[in-house]
Amino acid sequence: MIISLFIILPLATVFINSIIGRFVNKFSDVFVNIVNFILVVLSFISLYQLNTYYNKIFVYQVGGWAIPYGISIVMDHLTVFMLIVVNIVAFLVGLYSISYMERYTEKWGFYSLFELMLAGMNGVIISGDLFNIFVFLEIASIASYALVAFGTERDELEAAFKYIVLSSISTGLILLAIALTYGYTSTLNLADIAKTIQSSDNLLVKIIIFLFILGFGIKAAVVPLHWWLPDAHPSAPAPISAMLSGVLIKTLGVYLIIRVIFNVFPLYPKLLTIILFLGILSMLVGVILALYQWDYKRLLAYHSISQVGYMLLGIGLGTPLGILGGIFHLLNHSIFKSLLFLTSGALEYNFATRDLRNYFYVSKTMRNTTFSATVGSLSIAGVPPFNGFWSKLLIIIACIESKNIFAGLVAIVVSILTLASFLKVLKYGFYKENNELMEYKSKPEILNKSEVPFLMRFSMITLAFLCIILGVLLYPEIREVFLSKAVEIIYQGGLYKEFILK
Amino acid sequence: MKFYPMIPYILCLILFFVGLYGLIVKKNLLKIIISFIIMDNALNLFFIVLGYKKDASFPVFLKNRMSSSISMVDPVPQALVLTSIVIGLSVTILMVAVALRIYEKYRTFDITEIKNLKG
Amino acid sequence: MKDNKHTGMTLIVKTVTRWTVLLIMLYGWYITFFGHLSPGGGFAGGVIVALSFIHIILAYGKDFVAEKISEHLAGILETTGGLMFLTLAILGLAAGIFFKDFLGQGKVFSLFSGGIILPANIAIMIKVGFGMLSAFLCLILFSYQDKK
Repeated sequence: MIISLFIILPLATVFINSIIGRFVNKFSDVFVNIVNFILVVLSFISLYQLNTYYNKIFVYQVGGWAIPYGISIVMDHLTVFMLIVVNIVAFLVGLYSISYMERYTEKWGFYSLFELMLAGMNGVIISGDLFNIFVFLEIASIASYALVAFGTERDELEAAFKYIVLSSISTGLILLAIALTYGYTSTLNLADIAKTIQSSDNLLVKIIIFLFILGFGIKAAVVPLHWWLPDAHPSAPAPISAMLSGVLIKTLGVYLIIRVIFNVFPLYPKLLTIILFLGILSMLVGVILALYQWDYKRLLAYHSISQVGYMLLGIGLGTPLGILGGIFHLLNHSIFKSLLFLTSGALEYNFATRDLRNYFYVSKTMRNTTFSATVGSLSIAGVPPFNGFWSKLLIIIACIESKNIFAGLVAIVVSILTLASFLKVLKYGFYKENNELMEYKSKPEILNKSEVPFLMRFSMITLAFLCIILGVLLYPEIREVFLSKAVEIIYQGGLYKEFILK
Repeated sequence: MKFYPMIPYILCLILFFVGLYGLIVKKNLLKIIISFIIMDNALNLFFIVLGYKKDASFPVFLKNRMSSSISMVDPVPQALVLTSIVIGLSVTILMVAVALRIYEKYRTFDITEIKNLKG
Repeated sequence: MKDNKHTGMTLIVKTVTRWTVLLIMLYGWYITFFGHLSPGGGFAGGVIVALSFIHIILAYGKDFVAEKISEHLAGILETTGGLMFLTLAILGLAAGIFFKDFLGQGKVFSLFSGGIILPANIAIMIKVGFGMLSAFLCLILFSYQDKK
């Protein structure tokens, strides 16, 4: 019952907002954020319900049709985990955009597209039907294309066109894989497919899995297919960059890769080795390309590629500890990467540039932004008390445990390079006090920059607070409720079909 | 497996790769859009061909053909293809709109001249 | 506004359009309303309805239609279609399950049968028809600004 509200509420918001928001000025600000808050509450309620009432998996058949015929909506611990991540980030980003989006026209259009993207992501997460996943994936993608092009300036349009072309190749490959799956199994229900395909010896099954990984890999910006991301993510308005880098590439990429290779198709070790290799490659290439960037948002976008590599590395290890590290890093990355993109938006709000060398006196005038950017940078670099440290530690321990010393070494090296890159950001972007500033003393309008509006600060501080405390999720009793069960769903992939088809 | 019944599938795949080739290689925005349309429709055709049965008719019950003995093609791919066409249509419209805007800013459709973003 | 006679295509095209356009729209409505009995449905019907509008735009020039239906209005009507479809789904939720068929099946092969398929088809027709129309209007109005 509750689970279907995750699609209904955002979609209804899209339609109502684009009728009323056109005429009433502040309507969309208030309405959309209330709905986002309700969605956050609902995702926690569904976690509570899943732990209390249902036995591991709850299946909801749309329209009351039985399993192979109707569309099923599935709620297990992995979906609830993803729902909580997506909706928390969406809520905070929505609050941030109230003030930030003032400089654009047609704010209601922005909010409608935002909610459409949220509906698409929630739909991808909760649906248990292959074609339904494809439809929601396309809804989220189309909304994100429009949002990348929202500024309609030169860079935005060029980035959006690149993004559309590459993304439509990806969705084409996914659709081809779905067609082949349907031809092979005559069903589209994920659990039913899992029941029909028992072994992976068949060549066709291997081709299908390859196509799925290729398609979702483009969405997740895995390295040989990554080059659209550093153009598309920085070009969007800052809240949308935060959504795209924070949750969209994970929902459409990493989550679906996990779902398809662990729960639907039979797992074979070579596949995990491929995922592991892709993860290592992404980590290295992403961080090396990020090192020499001066554009703050572009630097962050390259780091997204590198951090997605960490998740794939953890998942590709295939051990429970590795998977725990992988999905915990997914949660952490969505928190700190959206935080960092929001701080970049705050800087752009005041300075109207994205070049790190052009920011002055930030640590003096924008104390809250500086604080949250510092926390975010230290988290992404993996400095101890913050959340990024714990997930990276788990992944490295899991590497050593499964005798993958090389992968562990790469993870450590990439972490050090990330720290170097973010020390550069902090030094040049925030704590810059050198002689260059003297010449700007004569220009008071640069020194009179004040802090950004309250709602923007509120979102950033909340995310920074989450960065500090999220390590507590690894505390055994909390882990049992939240993370361990999601790991169980992934690690014992067969559970999924058994519980749905029982 | 005989080769002859595989021919429609292979033709669809060839069409798909023609579209993919154009999407990757072509330098003109409009040609890229047309390549996308070709790719999308090749996939739709592939889906339709998957549901084909020999000597079967369209999957609709009418007043004079209600008995279950009539052999019909698989209706599921057709429903899916309808959805897929709608998605392809909206992506195409968005692509055309973005291409028009690009033309307004850059005064060209050639992607080798549209490169502000680097690095 | 300029004189209608001098915008758009020739008199022959305008006259033929005047005679056929209502028939085209009627055909779209037929496809929609009998979508649960014969091949067709909301999407096909909506496309035909949108094509009848586009037909007028092509024959009479863009100013003629753009004055009567602005892209704003088309957008609002499109959204109304989406909202209607969602309302049907939510009414099903009120009857127990999301998208549940709360109307009975009715008598087979009569017009009012097949549960929520008929209202869903109408909602889709509005959504698709005005969606395509507003997309078309956006594109032609855009190129119009470009020429100035």
